[in-house]
Amino acid sequence: MALSGLDIYKLLPGGIKPPHPKANCKECGFPTCLAFAMKLAAKQAELSACKYVSDEAKARLSAAAAPPIRLITLSADGRKVEVGNETVLFRHEKTFFHPAAILVRVPDTLGAVEIAARAKAVADYKVDYVGMALRLDGLAVEAVSGDAAKFADAVAATRGASTLPLVLVSENPAVIAAGLAKTGGVTPLICAATADNWEGMAKLAKDAKAPLVVRADSLAGLAELTGKLTAAGVEDLALDPAVRSFSGSLQTLTQLRRLALKKSFRPVGYPTIAFPYLGAADPKMELLLAGQQIAKYAGFVVLSRFDPADVYPLLVLRANLFTDPQKPIQVEPGVYPINKPGPEAPVLVTTNFSITYFAVANEMESSGLPAWLLVADAEGMSVLTAWAAGKFDAEKIAKTVKTTGIADKVSHRKVVIPGHVAVLMGELEEELPGWQIKVGPREAVDLPRFIKTAW
Amino acid sequence: MPVNVEVPVEKWSGSIRSITLGATAAEGGTRSHSVVIGGENTLPFLGFEGKASHRPRIAIEVRAANPAEEWATPLVKAWGAVLGDLPAWVKAAESAGADIIVLQLTTTDGAGQRMTAAKARAAVRTVLNATGLPVIVLGTGQAELDNEMQVAVAEEGAGERLALGPCEEKNYRTIVAAALANGHLVTAKTPMDVNLSKQLTVLIHDMGMPMERIITDPTTGALGYGIEYGYSVMERLRLAALQGDGMTQQPMIVTPGEEAWRAKEARAGEGVPAAWGDWGARAVNWEAMTAAALIESAAGIVVMRHPEAVARVKKMIAELMAA
Repeated sequence: MALSGLDIYKLLPGGIKPPHPKANCKECGFPTCLAFAMKLAAKQAELSACKYVSDEAKARLSAAAAPPIRLITLSADGRKVEVGNETVLFRHEKTFFHPAAILVRVPDTLGAVEIAARAKAVADYKVDYVGMALRLDGLAVEAVSGDAAKFADAVAATRGASTLPLVLVSENPAVIAAGLAKTGGVTPLICAATADNWEGMAKLAKDAKAPLVVRADSLAGLAELTGKLTAAGVEDLALDPAVRSFSGSLQTLTQLRRLALKKSFRPVGYPTIAFPYLGAADPKMELLLAGQQIAKYAGFVVLSRFDPADVYPLLVLRANLFTDPQKPIQVEPGVYPINKPGPEAPVLVTTNFSITYFAVANEMESSGLPAWLLVADAEGMSVLTAWAAGKFDAEKIAKTVKTTGIADKVSHRKVVIPGHVAVLMGELEEELPGWQIKVGPREAVDLPRFIKTAW
Repeated sequence: MPVNVEVPVEKWSGSIRSITLGATAAEGGTRSHSVVIGGENTLPFLGFEGKASHRPRIAIEVRAANPAEEWATPLVKAWGAVLGDLPAWVKAAESAGADIIVLQLTTTDGAGQRMTAAKARAAVRTVLNATGLPVIVLGTGQAELDNEMQVAVAEEGAGERLALGPCEEKNYRTIVAAALANGHLVTAKTPMDVNLSKQLTVLIHDMGMPMERIITDPTTGALGYGIEYGYSVMERLRLAALQGDGMTQQPMIVTPGEEAWRAKEARAGEGVPAAWGDWGARAVNWEAMTAAALIESAAGIVVMRHPEAVARVKKMIAELMAA
């Protein structure tokens, strides 16, 4: 359990009995030990600011301060993926911090050429989404053959063709050992330790300083195994609950997340790994299960195959759900041509809140009508909010018209402003001499009709 | 040493209202069966914690006016000629797995003429005659036209327990009154905001509409186009409902089909990055994934368009409802 301010106070110089001679010394920068304790509980102060706290208290406090879900890092040649450290069950409560890592499976039964091609395709894959470059995070080489030499070759072929982080998948420590020898200096995630092989896997993980997946088909089984492994000195763990179906995966991953966050149950305070193809044999259903697992609590998601038509929507879903709700996605201010506009095409102004932009751009795009969309820098606010906050006024709109050079692109001098800011019309006419200001509809959905009838 | 782990169960004080769409002959209508949504007392599909009494339902959208020119090619190809033949389209939607038919009203008819009350009346009659499934009739969002059409639709379908919508803050009175007078339900649409949603529910309820006849439409965006806002508003509405807020306990309807097929990813086959992959596959994925995410965030009805996307989402729902 996270400690309350009062719990912490009882460990500080002013709160212990009898009080420490330096009780309420103010050296930490706070007026009393109690005030300092409250700040610590709110994570707005560091314990190191107190010089007089006992070692025993330090140990208790730092244990309580450890993140409820451990951060696991996989890295390779400059590509790094971090998962874990999540603090909420619902993104609106704060945000999801570390996007689920999306990896692609490489069975060692593929030929070396196929392996290299797949590894390269996954490593090279990059797609632009509202100015963000979305990419895949790694490759999971699986010892389907069960043969150590074959697995080692597959790892070498994968490693030779890409620089992505790796997962090595086998329950046989000898096979994993053969693969570890071929990772070319990259520290992979080892998958997986079970009730039967955990001692061998623990040794490999320790020697390679590699994180280790723990696989068991019950919460108790997972907790028991993580207990054994941490006792054996392996701290960087991930959990594979081995429950594969849509329903089972959702319920189990929810339970693990709740146990870690709401019950501060340390034995399951690790990120999870999911294999959607084991729960849905049809690749199209695998995709939906992968989406579910990204939304509901998987840290690593391993896909059975690589297909851009599947990967792109999945990466966009992840980008959407892991966006900080406090910082909405903004669109770069500027001119956006829609449906190949010419010099006669209408000029429409809106704000750079992504949803506002999408609403306008989508309506216009699907209407087939050409237009120049001017996106003003309204600090990511919607039209009405930005107007109310003074971020979308006549001056800002005039500046957008002038700085984007739209005048050189069109032969007319007319600009449409959103109906919600009709009140700006007079002022804007003064700011933009020579331009005719037209008041458009309030809602984007009415734009095509407006353009057809009133432009 | 064996470890004992207690399954973390939340104790919720509230639950979602059960809402029945469609009336059978015994209930004063002509539907072959009715459909019940809502009733859950936990977050979606957490069987270890509570009951998910009624599975989420898939409604397929049909129109009286052939949308072939407006709709994206993969969608037009999937339905083929039935797009211009409303009864055939309704039957095809039924075969594709629809639980409910959504008649989406349009501003113009098949001949490009302005829609009228009489034409809307004829369209809903055609749909009711073609199927025994419950029917939802959604307007265009243009207040005056919708009111005109929905009054006629409400009369024509009297007793069928249709759902009429969307009621919006700026235009709900006429539709609610028509629904009340003819034994229908309404959908209450607000722009991705918990408080606005509650407020509209109150306004509609204040007109005398029982809570058991109001379906919330919290509005959604497509994948990549604001889905996260709708997703989080739906999660917040559901959490508020489970915590006992009576004005948030309506089942939710969302329109992933319309939203996803508006996205460039679904519409555009040329001039897009190679990294987007095969058009047909990507387009169907776009709708299926949008609908799937909304079902995970507590949708009771998803209104969809593509039969293949419907099939996948239907399978997913079945898997999620399996214990």
